[in-house]
Amino acid sequence: MHELSIAESIVRVAGDHANGRRVTKVYVKVGHLRQVVPSALAFSFELVAQGTPVEGAKLALEEVPVTARCRSCGVESRLGAFPLLCNSCGSADLRIVEGEELMVESLEMEEA
Amino acid sequence: MHRTAVKKVVMESVLDANDALAQANRDRFDTAGNYVINMMSSPGAGKTALLERTLEKLRGKLRLGVLEGDVQTTLDADRLARFHVPLVQVNTDPGFGGECHLDANMVRSGLTELPLDDIDVLVIENVGNLVCPAEFKVGEDARVMVYSVTEGEEKPLKYPLMFRSADLVLVNKVDLLQHLDFDLDLFLANLDAVNPGVERILTSARTGKGVDEWCSWLQSRKPLS
Repeated sequence: MHELSIAESIVRVAGDHANGRRVTKVYVKVGHLRQVVPSALAFSFELVAQGTPVEGAKLALEEVPVTARCRSCGVESRLGAFPLLCNSCGSADLRIVEGEELMVESLEMEEA
Repeated sequence: MHRTAVKKVVMESVLDANDALAQANRDRFDTAGNYVINMMSSPGAGKTALLERTLEKLRGKLRLGVLEGDVQTTLDADRLARFHVPLVQVNTDPGFGGECHLDANMVRSGLTELPLDDIDVLVIENVGNLVCPAEFKVGEDARVMVYSVTEGEEKPLKYPLMFRSADLVLVNKVDLLQHLDFDLDLFLANLDAVNPGVERILTSARTGKGVDEWCSWLQSRKPLS
């Protein structure tokens, strides 16, 4: 259940940036490779937000699919499942370009 | 009164705070000259049993230290205490909310009780869990996974986060292979599917198979002083 720790961090980051204002929505990007369960994260978020400026805020999750660039042939592939192999030449020697994100992108807040 | 909404761009990684603390741990390890291993597995895969074998073999040859992570109890630390190596138990329950993994701050809290200057290789035995520990750096140089053959062939595909992050996989309990339907080749193929070519050693904490090879791997990690 790493979602609970991740939710705590999201609430902390959002709270830090809110400067005492009330947060109404938090936009978070989660890469597919992070193995985050969206429903578990949403549940944890609601729980740990209680009693903070983030209480009651909506959590907007954007799931980012895996994109990788092949070190052999240079082609970029969109990948859905393991094994992660280049769509063009089949090599496993890939550099992950997207899909490992875990980031608070932005906040919506009430005017102070 | 109507309140208008404002939007603020943040772009902050959720794990920044942990990563910063992990880097601080790492700086301390570097100063003291420690090579640090983050040992991870499911509950019951044999981390502690392998460590017992390891401490037995390497006593007097390599200055090992152990940081034990568990949700509760000092049972694992008690098992290792007879080897008289620097050892500290960190329980994630009191004060940490019973976390299912160690994070950089928990490790930091345990470091004050370890004589880091007298340690070559520090093994951090993480909480038994196949998902969460992989998400949190603690300042380690390498990640070693212990995987037991009783866990089935398919787990690398189901829990890729941890398998992808491993630098070495100890495939443990191989003395049981003759009693199981476990297909070792299929498991290794699944392992390669998520972490191509990752180092692996077949071990049995019970019979001692592979323990020499694992101990050599550890000895080769000793930082040059």
